[in-house]
Amino acid sequence: MANIMYWEAIQRAHDEEMARDPLVICMGEDIGVAGGTYKATKGLYEKYGPLRVMDTPISEGGFTGLGIGASFLGVRPIIEIMSVNFAWLAMDQMFNSAAKVRYMSGGQLTAPCVFRSAGGAAHQLGAQHSARMEKVFMGIAGLRVVTPSNPKQAYGLLKSAIRCDDPVFINEHELMYNMKGEVPDGEYFHPLEGSEVARSGTDVTLFGYNISVHWCLKAAEILDKQYGISAEVIDLYSLAPLDREGIKKSVSKTHRAVIAEEDEAPVGVGSEVIAIINEECFFELDAAPVRVHSALVPQPYNHTLEKAAIPDHEDVVKAVLKLFGKA
Amino acid sequence: MKIEDKKRVLREMVLHRRFEERCYQAYIERKIGGFLHLYPGQEACCNGVMEAARPGHDYVITGYRDHVHAIKCGADPKAVMAELYGKETGSSKGRGGSMHIFDGDKRFMGGYALVGGPFPLAAGIAKAIQLKGGDEIAICFLGDAANNQGVFHETLNMAALWKLPVLFVCENNLYGIGTSIERSTAVVHQHKRVAAYNIPADECDGQDIEIVYEAARKAVDHVRSGNGPYFLELMTYRYRGHSMSDSRGYRSREEEELWKQRDPIFILRDRLIKDGAMTMADFETLEKETDAYIENEVIKFSEESPEPRVEDLEKYVFADRETQLPWLTGKAA
Repeated sequence: MANIMYWEAIQRAHDEEMARDPLVICMGEDIGVAGGTYKATKGLYEKYGPLRVMDTPISEGGFTGLGIGASFLGVRPIIEIMSVNFAWLAMDQMFNSAAKVRYMSGGQLTAPCVFRSAGGAAHQLGAQHSARMEKVFMGIAGLRVVTPSNPKQAYGLLKSAIRCDDPVFINEHELMYNMKGEVPDGEYFHPLEGSEVARSGTDVTLFGYNISVHWCLKAAEILDKQYGISAEVIDLYSLAPLDREGIKKSVSKTHRAVIAEEDEAPVGVGSEVIAIINEECFFELDAAPVRVHSALVPQPYNHTLEKAAIPDHEDVVKAVLKLFGKA
Repeated sequence: MKIEDKKRVLREMVLHRRFEERCYQAYIERKIGGFLHLYPGQEACCNGVMEAARPGHDYVITGYRDHVHAIKCGADPKAVMAELYGKETGSSKGRGGSMHIFDGDKRFMGGYALVGGPFPLAAGIAKAIQLKGGDEIAICFLGDAANNQGVFHETLNMAALWKLPVLFVCENNLYGIGTSIERSTAVVHQHKRVAAYNIPADECDGQDIEIVYEAARKAVDHVRSGNGPYFLELMTYRYRGHSMSDSRGYRSREEEELWKQRDPIFILRDRLIKDGAMTMADFETLEKETDAYIENEVIKFSEESPEPRVEDLEKYVFADRETQLPWLTGKAA
């Protein structure tokens, strides 16, 4: 096991796959000579050259479409969209071309491409550089959506996404690239479907993904030590498809659920998880599930307002206490 | 073009014309649903370019007016018509419809319904060719109105920057849906817009197939020789409306008649007759044979083909699950 950073894990997955298969390429803004805004492609340009590590112009719709077109012929592009906010410009190609081409061609064409993008509120980046957009991607037929919460997942999910014949969107987080964690020394493929029990518990299930897994883990610690509540934490690393079985299994055990997301509440992971709970195990519930989420505002610049807009582990603790009638 | 080639292409163009006219009829009879965009008037464009290229070898992509491009690449007209009928035997198994004809085996990479959407896809196909080192080229057929989308400019920039083997064919039919080019576009002659990207560009008559063929030969040679992209603008006209719900109120009948006097099929037919290569009677026989083929084989096949099964509704959304299990479950060998 190597203890490496999230960005190093992503870089390693790129490097291994590019060394293995000459048709694996990567492309995006500043990923080559500059080494990547978050260093996720550091050193690859020097190793694989400009034909396979493509510094693109600032044309998200154009270069995303170009990567998708190349994938029709078996090229496996890893397309980095520097910030998920810019992905709006690429969504026509991602949704109308990549996600639909297999279906509308009756299975003849396929778009085995990977889209990687950093989302999330970082530090005072303002309304147009702080979006969380997983809610948009996870409702598109034909597109897989995964979101790593630690370096091991960041490495293993990218490895699997490159090998998979379906288009996969990988939602990363701007604040997590320097997070350290254990990654297996040998090759490791993280499943693109399912969920993980990040902490086992009996009284309530805290559902998180990406950064909110860490809020949930911290909240579980506090709940255990200060309130004697045993919380289970489920890591929903796959947002499309969501793990119906995993959600059902945990809620059937704990009978209570809190869903924590950095995204705004309307039309989000929280609403989907609650819908699944209703459909799969409604009569197992001892209390109505609760969502923890951002305020429905364009992200404010001011530090205090920004903090007020985004939830954290304390909000998760409060939600659980409310659920137990202790607040 | 050689006489024999001209005769063959005339036969193909008559098939393309009669196929489209039969689609019109089937639409009126409600055998075909959705949107239907027909090609009559523009036949010399697709045929002239593809005669200079290698159908089935070069990769072709286009917009939603795509039936004829697919057939020219080698798609079976029966499968194309069956697709319009929504049948399981259709070229996209009834999942695509008129705007999404595909034939992967013939390297017809599809019809797409977002105006301008195929531009970067074509450049990506060219990128793949470049990486794999083949002698194929990518050919992107789109209309003039697509050039007002942002991705047109984004794609031209990248294609020129990376010297990608892609030929952009602009079939300038003077209308974007129901808005004339003068009313939507600051520069009517599209090849002029390409100059800024340092991409060689040419414009020619799109009604006379021999003129198209000569211009396309130059274009295809340029791209296949590794010189990067090329842009060819063909001045043409669609006889019918943009789609079936179009009453053509935005243009005059006089203008339509003027264009019909330069019909691409009649130009080629009259030249062959003048050269003594065929007679008017031969042409009439050709039309009758074509109609009989369409009726007795193409329509019959489409009528008699089975519908897709409702149980297969979700088939083709993702790759076959069994083949992807190592990555979906993480249990890779």
